[in-house]
Amino acid sequence: MSQVAGQGRSFRLAVNLSALALVALWTIPTAGLLVTSFRDKDQISVSGWWTALSASEENIIVRTAPPSSTTFEDGERVLVGQVFEAGAATISAFGVNSRRPTEFAPGETAVRGGALIRVDADGSYRVSGVDPGLDRGTRLFITKRSPPRFTLENYDRVVFSEGLGRSFLNTFTVTIPATIIPILIAAFAAYALAWIEFPGRTLLLAAVVGLLVVPLQLALIPLLQLHNSVGIGKAYLGIWLAHTGFGLPLAIYLLRNFMSALPRDIIESARLDGCTEFHVFRSIVLPLSYPALASFAIFQFLWVWNDLLVATVFLGNTEEQLVMTGRLRELLGSRGGDWEILAASAFVSIAVPLLVFFALQRHLVRGLLAGAVK
Amino acid sequence: MQQVFSALATIGVGVFACVAYFWGSNALLDALLPARGARSGRNINLANSLRPWLFLFPALLALGLYLVYPVFNSIWLSFHDQTGENFVGFANFAWLFADSKFHESILNNALWLLVVPAASTLLGLLAAGITDRISWGNIAKSLIFMPMAISFVGAAVIWKFIYDFSGYDIEEIGLLNALVVFFGGDAQAWITIAPWNSLFLMAVLIWIQTGFAMVIISAALRGIPEETIEAAVLDGASPMQVFWKIQVPQIWTTLAVVWTTITILVLKVFDIVLAMTNGQWGSQVLANLMFDWMFRGNDSGRASSVALVIMLLVIPIMVVNIRNTRRESSR
Repeated sequence: MSQVAGQGRSFRLAVNLSALALVALWTIPTAGLLVTSFRDKDQISVSGWWTALSASEENIIVRTAPPSSTTFEDGERVLVGQVFEAGAATISAFGVNSRRPTEFAPGETAVRGGALIRVDADGSYRVSGVDPGLDRGTRLFITKRSPPRFTLENYDRVVFSEGLGRSFLNTFTVTIPATIIPILIAAFAAYALAWIEFPGRTLLLAAVVGLLVVPLQLALIPLLQLHNSVGIGKAYLGIWLAHTGFGLPLAIYLLRNFMSALPRDIIESARLDGCTEFHVFRSIVLPLSYPALASFAIFQFLWVWNDLLVATVFLGNTEEQLVMTGRLRELLGSRGGDWEILAASAFVSIAVPLLVFFALQRHLVRGLLAGAVK
Repeated sequence: MQQVFSALATIGVGVFACVAYFWGSNALLDALLPARGARSGRNINLANSLRPWLFLFPALLALGLYLVYPVFNSIWLSFHDQTGENFVGFANFAWLFADSKFHESILNNALWLLVVPAASTLLGLLAAGITDRISWGNIAKSLIFMPMAISFVGAAVIWKFIYDFSGYDIEEIGLLNALVVFFGGDAQAWITIAPWNSLFLMAVLIWIQTGFAMVIISAALRGIPEETIEAAVLDGASPMQVFWKIQVPQIWTTLAVVWTTITILVLKVFDIVLAMTNGQWGSQVLANLMFDWMFRGNDSGRASSVALVIMLLVIPIMVVNIRNTRRESSR
């Protein structure tokens, strides 16, 4: 028996380790971008985000002040100055020759063309014996060590000067009506499909299931032309209606599945008591269907919030109308290498869905199960 | 701020209009066909046969306008030229089947269809099997499920950063290249190397969809009767054997459902390709090709013909789904 127990322990360890590996693989990409969004923009481009907590080293080239600005110190012509603001970083090595950029330790004195050059760890330099006839300063090769720096500057910048704040509002404007309107319409239709007998019911249900998989792509051109011809081509009303139409099949399907599983007795007895269908629906079926309504609302909210295609087609690409996904895509194109901008923008855009996800995960899972495992 | 108010106002108006419609139309029906008087029997029957259509009308209108009409309109458009005015017969399809970008897209879509649903389902199955056996399973599940809440564009940014290429012989800030360099390899601009770049794009979708597969499969695994597992354990089956030979065979239908759902999604994959490569370097797919012809090519005929090809690929799944539902509802 002890052997079996031992096997069980090592098996459990293996399972735990694989779970850990999976979770790491699934969270590290997001974590990397999250860390990056808080880093200093100069540090992002020279070191990986996984080094964010250690000091970053960077090679820079600076020129000393021109010889014309020499001062006298103890009767000697000297050039003094700073290669960077005092306190911002430290120097770990410097050089005066491009082939040996790390020749000297801070505090040592280098010789170049008769001049004595000393750079201290705090970034101050002192050059003596400089030829006053030269019109440019000497080149210094500096290895700079900056302490890790975390900042909210990136967020400040994307929200207030890159237009993301505006897009955030636009996304909200699109999402809320586009989540609520389809629920209302679908709830009534789902009730009719679940509880009212009428000819053609199965056929209609089959049609809804068929429409579930119609690719959105097919609908874009005809609907854009239609919207343009009635004058809502690039307006919020158009995109609300479009999302309503595209969300309806899933809404009707989910809600019908849920409603048809409600106990028959309650509904039958209400009808016998003389309730009208409208009354049965409003005061019995609708309150009981709350879990399904919530599930669909979360789906539709996430889907509309995260959508790029429908927004690009049915809403303009102007500054006033760009939604966050559209803005993010535009930034990917125009600011492809500026990771501080991209990272912060990405997190502003996924913050709300992530919040909704973690807060309402239970409803989401229930909805998924109702939709898929029937 | 003003537009938020207008959005709120719209919600108010929309909700009010919906309620007013349903309530009003029902009241109207009751008033026109009163359930009393000489014709009460006939009235009740007539009202009952009309009522479901009152409930269904807005939904049918929206479905018809936004999903059914476009199918037929697209077929019509695909036989017309770029302006949608002149009939051109099969010219768009002839062009399509000769176009090299279309060949590339079909090939890539086939690759996506082969890899993404299979990989997501398999990884989801493994994740479900593993997370069901550990004490912190719920936390692990919710972290693996999390990418589902992230938009495709957001995911594209996240992964583009992983694949980032800083240049030769300087410190790499992309995780993949940093690892490659760490193990002694050479850094590469991964998303520009065909045909492997498609795989790197697929990884993004697999990353998003595995959580979905895991949640559904995990629920199915829990629905398996305990006795079958206990019997196998008593017979001396190892945990691996129990999982692969007892549990997995009992959830084949669920695996099939997950696989088809992801397949449908893959056919429509668009945002990831648009945001990461925009179809360059041999990574084009049908949905993005369609978008290209719609916006950059401004050719509704060609764009519609590409969209119809996507529709054609979805139809088998549609037929199977409809058949399954009808079988269930007739039961």
